[in-house]
Amino acid sequence: MNWESLVPLIVILIVIFGVGVWAGGYLKASTNFAQDYFLGGRSLGGFVLAMTMTATYGSASSFIGGPGTAYNEGLGWVLLAMSQVATGYFVLMILGKKFAVITRKYKALTMVDFLKERYQSKWVVIFSAVSIIVFLFSAMAAQWIGGARLIESLMGINYTSALFIFAVAVLIYVTVGGFRAVALTDAIQGSIMFGGTLILLIAVIIAGGGVPAIIADLSAENPNLITPYGSEGQLTPAYVSSFWILVGVGVVALPQIAVRAMSYKNSQSMHRAIIIGTIVVGFIMLNMHLIGVFARPILPGIEVGDKVMPLIALEVMPNWLAGMVLAAPMAAIMSTVDSLLLLVSSTIVKDVYLNYVKPDASQQIIKRISIGITALLGVIIFLMALNPPDLIIWLNLFAFGGLEAAFIWPIVLGLYWEKGNKYGALASMIAGVGLYILSDTFFPQPFGIHSVVMPVVISFFVYVVVSLLTQKQVAKLNV
Amino acid sequence: MKKQDVKIANREAWIGLGLVVFNFVWWFAFAYGLGNKQPDDYTYILGLPAWFFYSCVLGFIVMAILVTIVVKKFFVAISFDEEKDAE
Repeated sequence: MNWESLVPLIVILIVIFGVGVWAGGYLKASTNFAQDYFLGGRSLGGFVLAMTMTATYGSASSFIGGPGTAYNEGLGWVLLAMSQVATGYFVLMILGKKFAVITRKYKALTMVDFLKERYQSKWVVIFSAVSIIVFLFSAMAAQWIGGARLIESLMGINYTSALFIFAVAVLIYVTVGGFRAVALTDAIQGSIMFGGTLILLIAVIIAGGGVPAIIADLSAENPNLITPYGSEGQLTPAYVSSFWILVGVGVVALPQIAVRAMSYKNSQSMHRAIIIGTIVVGFIMLNMHLIGVFARPILPGIEVGDKVMPLIALEVMPNWLAGMVLAAPMAAIMSTVDSLLLLVSSTIVKDVYLNYVKPDASQQIIKRISIGITALLGVIIFLMALNPPDLIIWLNLFAFGGLEAAFIWPIVLGLYWEKGNKYGALASMIAGVGLYILSDTFFPQPFGIHSVVMPVVISFFVYVVVSLLTQKQVAKLNV
Repeated sequence: MKKQDVKIANREAWIGLGLVVFNFVWWFAFAYGLGNKQPDDYTYILGLPAWFFYSCVLGFIVMAILVTIVVKKFFVAISFDEEKDAE
């Protein structure tokens, strides 16, 4: 066990937990519990908003899985990762002011609330809720695996014990919970990540003898590593470009991101968040993935991609500094898991149970059910994560793709196109998810592009055509 | 929503779309324009292959500056609470 790096890691985690508890205390004095709990009272400032978006989105896919894949694929994977710079400005510009005004008018607290008010349809709500539960569930499993791997390589204990430690830590954190707590801790973690990745990148470059030497080593091992085409030349321009849909613009439709786009205080905080978010996301993505590539000549032969980050940090930095830098991804994973867990249990409790099963449930019952469901979800994910696949990024991307295929048009066109209606929305969601699952199973890369692209394109036309065809039905209903 | 605000919101959404298209073209053109040759023929800037430097490093810096300018110059602040306006 490596105490020198564990101590700073634990200290930083305690500080972060402390902030969470402090923010949780603020909730006790609240007059509108649900809004404060799920949205932090719609009062986030620009810096916190930018950081919570970065941390929620980044999390395990970028901080653990991403550098691991970059380690194997070379600069081509950094190129792919840079498509995420777009999320920094695109999400807030597209959902933007319209989403902020309309969700306030609807008094919506979740993305499903927005869809419910916009489309006035039971089936849209049920289908949305089921999609969120299924897909975010697999995203969460990926996060847990990432967290456990980090603990495993840091402490040198086996995977099962590491997973157990992680699960206990997360469940404690979740009971404190609340959106403001998550957002504030995200802001701290985002700052640590910003500084941490820079320090680590510099340390890696020094350890590798400078950038030209590292590039020369990579090129000597396999020239493909310094091309945009991946280690085997398999990253085609079409395939890499399709990640602009998956991890770039499609992110608009992720519930955990959309909910943040309703949480800010005013126009000024949104403007600041766009600028800060773009810089922070781009900076962290570039540094993180370059670290993965540059790690290769220094530490060759790492087989499990997820272990690249922790191992390289321990290799090139003093142990105490490695501990501090690794606290960032650790904390990010925890807060992502925490907010996903909250989102899934709020979907079950608020969007399904309160809407359709028992609308008149008392506060006491709601609280009990919420905690019960959260704990149950935790146990199920723990069991799933016990026997995990090696590269969590794929699992995570599957979940993202499914949610994007389901929600992108019902949200975006629901905001900007008045003629869109519930028939169009439902048809588009079913077509998007159905095609994505079919395509991913039977034709993983149609025409050399990622399997999420076709469903997103087709579900656009389905939304528009079905909405236009059903104008009369809707008009009749309104008479 | 007030008509004026709808206009502002719609215009800003179009700006977002325009920025993404610009970002993508820059990224794609430098990566595959300069990267599509034998690695032996690559030129290097700051030790990085030129395609990577222009597409990923410079591209990011350009986007950060562009987004800052666009937001400061063209984005208009509106009120989010309609009820407050009515009072």
